[in-house]
Amino acid sequence: MSTLAYASADEAPARRSAAALLWRRLSRNVMSLAALGVLAAVALTALAAPVILPYDPDAPDAERTLEAPGRRHWLGTDLYGRDQLTRIVYAGRVDLLVAVEATAIALSLGAALGAVAGYRGGWIDQVLMRIIDTIQAFPSFILAMGIAAALGNSVTNIVIAIAITHVPIYGRLIRGEMLRIRETEYAEAARTVGNRRRRIIFYHLLPNCFPPVVVQATLAMGFAILTVAALSYIGLGIRPPTSEWGAMTAEGASYIVSGEWWIFVFPGLAIMATVLSFNLLGDALRDVLDPRMKGV
Amino acid sequence: MTDLLTIRNLAVHFDTDEGVVQAVDGASLQVGRGEVVGLVGESGSGKSVTALAILRLLRPPARVVGGRIDFDGRNLLACSEEEMRAVRGAQISMVFQSPRTSLNPVLPVGRQIERLLVQHGTSPPGQARARVVEMLREVGIGEPERRAGQYAHQLSGGMCQRVMIAMALATNPRLLIADEPTTGLDVSIAAQILDLLGDLGRRTGAAILLITHDLGVVARRCDRVVVMHAGQTVEWAPVRALFHTPAHPYTRALLRSIPRVAGAGEMEPIPGWVPSLLAPPPGCRFAPRCALVRPECRTPVPVRALDADHRVACFAVETF
Amino acid sequence: MLGYIGTRVLLVLPTLFGVTLVTFVLTYILPGNPALVKAGPLATPQHIAEMERRMGLDQPMAVQYWRYVRGLAHGDLGESHTTGRPVLEDLLQRVPATLELTLAALAVALVIGIPLGVVAAVRRDGWVDHLSRLLGVGGVAMPTFWTGLLALYVFFYALGVAPPPLGRLATGITPPPRITGLLTIDALVAMDGRALASALHQLALPALVLGFSVMAPLTRMVRATMLEVLESDYIKAAWAAGLPRRTVIYGDALRNCMIPVITLLGVVFGFLMAGNVVVESVFAWPGIGNYAVAAMMSKDSGPIQSFVLFVGVVYVFVNLAVDLVYGLVDPRIRLR
Repeated sequence: MSTLAYASADEAPARRSAAALLWRRLSRNVMSLAALGVLAAVALTALAAPVILPYDPDAPDAERTLEAPGRRHWLGTDLYGRDQLTRIVYAGRVDLLVAVEATAIALSLGAALGAVAGYRGGWIDQVLMRIIDTIQAFPSFILAMGIAAALGNSVTNIVIAIAITHVPIYGRLIRGEMLRIRETEYAEAARTVGNRRRRIIFYHLLPNCFPPVVVQATLAMGFAILTVAALSYIGLGIRPPTSEWGAMTAEGASYIVSGEWWIFVFPGLAIMATVLSFNLLGDALRDVLDPRMKGV
Repeated sequence: MTDLLTIRNLAVHFDTDEGVVQAVDGASLQVGRGEVVGLVGESGSGKSVTALAILRLLRPPARVVGGRIDFDGRNLLACSEEEMRAVRGAQISMVFQSPRTSLNPVLPVGRQIERLLVQHGTSPPGQARARVVEMLREVGIGEPERRAGQYAHQLSGGMCQRVMIAMALATNPRLLIADEPTTGLDVSIAAQILDLLGDLGRRTGAAILLITHDLGVVARRCDRVVVMHAGQTVEWAPVRALFHTPAHPYTRALLRSIPRVAGAGEMEPIPGWVPSLLAPPPGCRFAPRCALVRPECRTPVPVRALDADHRVACFAVETF
Repeated sequence: MLGYIGTRVLLVLPTLFGVTLVTFVLTYILPGNPALVKAGPLATPQHIAEMERRMGLDQPMAVQYWRYVRGLAHGDLGESHTTGRPVLEDLLQRVPATLELTLAALAVALVIGIPLGVVAAVRRDGWVDHLSRLLGVGGVAMPTFWTGLLALYVFFYALGVAPPPLGRLATGITPPPRITGLLTIDALVAMDGRALASALHQLALPALVLGFSVMAPLTRMVRATMLEVLESDYIKAAWAAGLPRRTVIYGDALRNCMIPVITLLGVVFGFLMAGNVVVESVFAWPGIGNYAVAAMMSKDSGPIQSFVLFVGVVYVFVNLAVDLVYGLVDPRIRLR
């Protein structure tokens, strides 16, 4: 399914049928359907939280502190009597938001850098690649730690920290794709007609890089969630009163010795389920969109 | 004198997502002791699959569904895996295309030959090294002692193929199967390799099954030829007879399609495509493209003998 | 080969430059005025201005960067005001704990992960294969801190086989005389059975958790590489030559599989460092990760940037070492 997009008015119908084809092939795989289902459920619950959840995430209930999972509170309550299920859903909103925003920023920035580097080549390529190399000279979580520590604990800062560490993923990918397609006849035709370079890069060639980018973005979303959760766990990420899965797990850590397992288990489980779904979806997308990439 | 290798009615199927591909259907051929037999056909005709079937190297999704392969009196298809391991590399050797990738990149080439000699008991361990150098010299590699310690990436394509041939013949096999041994090689090198093969075959008495799509190769090097099309063997003949009096319509079409440098006559491509082997037509698989097709062609085709050595699987043969 | 070594070594220099530049920028944009901190709470504005001048904080950025790098070359990584000591000293004191944990986890990951990947590939679609794929897919999705907490709950709280996460030795055990700083080695050398047993007991769970977290990508890659190798032409030729199964799979194929896996070890090390921080936090392990994070919690931001720098530099050299080893092992590079 590596069809080049056509730079003509017939684009829209071609794209629609491509999406239909994608859906058809995706739905053949049970795992990917399950993953898609889980993600849809998570997203919907997160969005509709205020409407469908009976409890207020911040409302304490002194009568029912540290209650084990039961009929009233499906996932139990914490030290203040707050309903864990509600808190987890609300925390999910934060985690997902961070993941989506960070991925969007990293993708835009990385794709732009990679596209220019790949198409122009020469010293621009060298300079941009050195920048990407420098980011990759650190293990990405360690760099995120440093950036988060420098900037502070707000949601925005965490998004920036994660976005920066993810830029190389898209930068290298797009650069590779650009190197591949800049010499094709299609690109040559666009040049001959007299299009400006920027238009060629961003309007004609870049859209053809979408399939591998979509796969990587899906996989990277899972990684972004793991990063923000880990940062929050050690205290460098999102802090209370904003709820977040990693921070909630950290709260639950102190209750292991007293046996209230539900406080740390469920937030972590939420993380795992969401990341797993992103990974399965990403793998399924990879199988469907770009069999070339298998084993990457 | 009985033949060294006799394949009778070999059938091989491949299980794919789209269904069962009947890659080889009733293939038969014979190779006599010391003979050079060419197995000729287009790509996808099942030549390589047949070769792999002889050595029982086919893995799922491929499976042998019928036939006999008699080698030196034994049906190889009925042998145990252990017995086959004694046959492979020792009694029947194989040389593949793309010689450089057929050599282990992280072992010196000499070692790769040496361990074969030891494995199959051809040389006692102490003398294996010397024998390796001797073999390398015999296949025409200069400075064999130095080359034996080198790795595949340090040798040219032609040299790699010579090493493969040395590996194949080091154990004095009775039969050497060469599957497109000159693919990817320079024309002049290819000629040298083929000369080498023929030479060594004559000297060691090994029979050679030369698999190729190149009729030119066949013309110069082979004693007899077997023509294969879409998984079926369609004609068996001594080389001269095949070129002078080709019988099967496919063979004739093949010969007509060879571009000639001298002489008149256009290059005639064969009409149609190689049929899909997923749901192949019953009977002769060339029928859809054959000018001489008749209703019987959809039933199993009998093999007719044109004379002592020349046989063809075709209904229409008596017409001319 | 020499060219290969040469290029790799030369490339390290601009990378190190980049690393120091990044940490400098991070230190530079840290909130707070370091002169204020150093001058103390009773300082007057004049004192603070004087301190700023002395610390060179009024200079242009390029000059400050130069001072920063010069300081690094002399081992000056700033001071921690929670411990009152130079950061470098604190780091060096805690490095052995992190090193011991990292090495133990690496051992776990290699010893379990590689054979798992190999067998999964050799017996494709067998139970080992399914298990490895499950672990691969599941393991990658599990946050390391959660795995650690689960392990603590199951093995410490529920089963009681693991010790309480209070450090590297149980309370009451005296540490062996320090030679390497790695308690297991030092205890072995001093033939101190009690210390060795306690050290291993304390190390077991965190090492298993950390090892498990990096095992998933490793096993996946080993399996993928082995599958590819098993399909290659030279393996087919080896079968055709009648070589025994053990030689073809566990000799030829395995050898070819391990070479690209070496290049993965650098990335694995990066994962280990990242996981280290979290595991040290969960198990209260007194390593450099824990140190940096704890300092940060006390608003002492110097240590964390120095920690990032330290890890960055080590990472660069580990990758260099991996590249060099790879060049030595692969004959295609060793003998161009």
